Amino acid sequence: MPIENYLILSGILFSIGALGVLMRRNALIIFMSIELMLNAVNLSFIGFARQLGDPTGQVIVFFVLVVAAAEVVVGLAIIVNIFRAKDTVDIDDIDVLRG
Amino acid sequence: MPTLNQIIFWFFAFTAVASGIVMITRQKPMQSAIAFLVTLLSLAGLYLLLDAQFVAILQIIIYAGAILVLILFVIMLLHSHSGEGSTSKVPLQRPVAILLSLILFGGSIYLFASTDFGVASTPPSDMGTAQNVGHTLFDKFILPFEVASILLLTGLIGAVVLAKREREDSSNDAH
Repeated sequence: MPIENYLILSGILFSIGALGVLMRRNALIIFMSIELMLNAVNLSFIGFARQLGDPTGQVIVFFVLVVAAAEVVVGLAIIVNIFRAKDTVDIDDIDVLRG
Repeated sequence: MPTLNQIIFWFFAFTAVASGIVMITRQKPMQSAIAFLVTLLSLAGLYLLLDAQFVAILQIIIYAGAILVLILFVIMLLHSHSGEGSTSKVPLQRPVAILLSLILFGGSIYLFASTDFGVASTPPSDMGTAQNVGHTLFDKFILPFEVASILLLTGLIGAVVLAKREREDSSNDAH
């Protein structure tokens, strides 16, 4: 398979993730959409690693996984805190900083 | 006649895109999480096609195993009517969101289609094994590796501090 197919698939998945972030209002689904965007970028890293015959791209994906794990842990803790305080995870209801 | 590689690619690519669309369109977060699991597993299959065996296993263990289970726990922690309200407070949110992501999609497709990526190398089939990736990791990326461990420690402590319930009767618990 040429690398273009993998890159276009990666672009499609990234756009789906961006659409989820822009369109949905449930914080958990927005969170999963962000993870989907990270995964789309990972796919293009792996594709380029295969194209160039260099495992450095796969090492970058390893670091992205580490950052994603840390991000999920802290982000979910924040979402749980918001839910305890305001009894909702709809981001339209969380507007105390709106001027 | 499509080769076996092509059949596997189109199968996983179709599954990933379909379950991604299912993920962002379901009303219940639990259904979204299950669809996201399917996306993650099909991406792991694509990593295997791209000679990245180690990363494919990491994807299954870390993403499908750890991160998704954490998301599922949090979904079950929140009560059932914790979804979206019926009406959006932002006017025209859905059409504008679809338009913006279509622009992003078109731009990325144009970029990928108009760039010449050259001829694919033929790497050895053991390029993505734990041994080779580990050698690259510890030869070239030893400092980022240590920084990643500090990041994980920070995340660990941060999650405990954030998720810990403050005691309301903090003045009375001295005994």
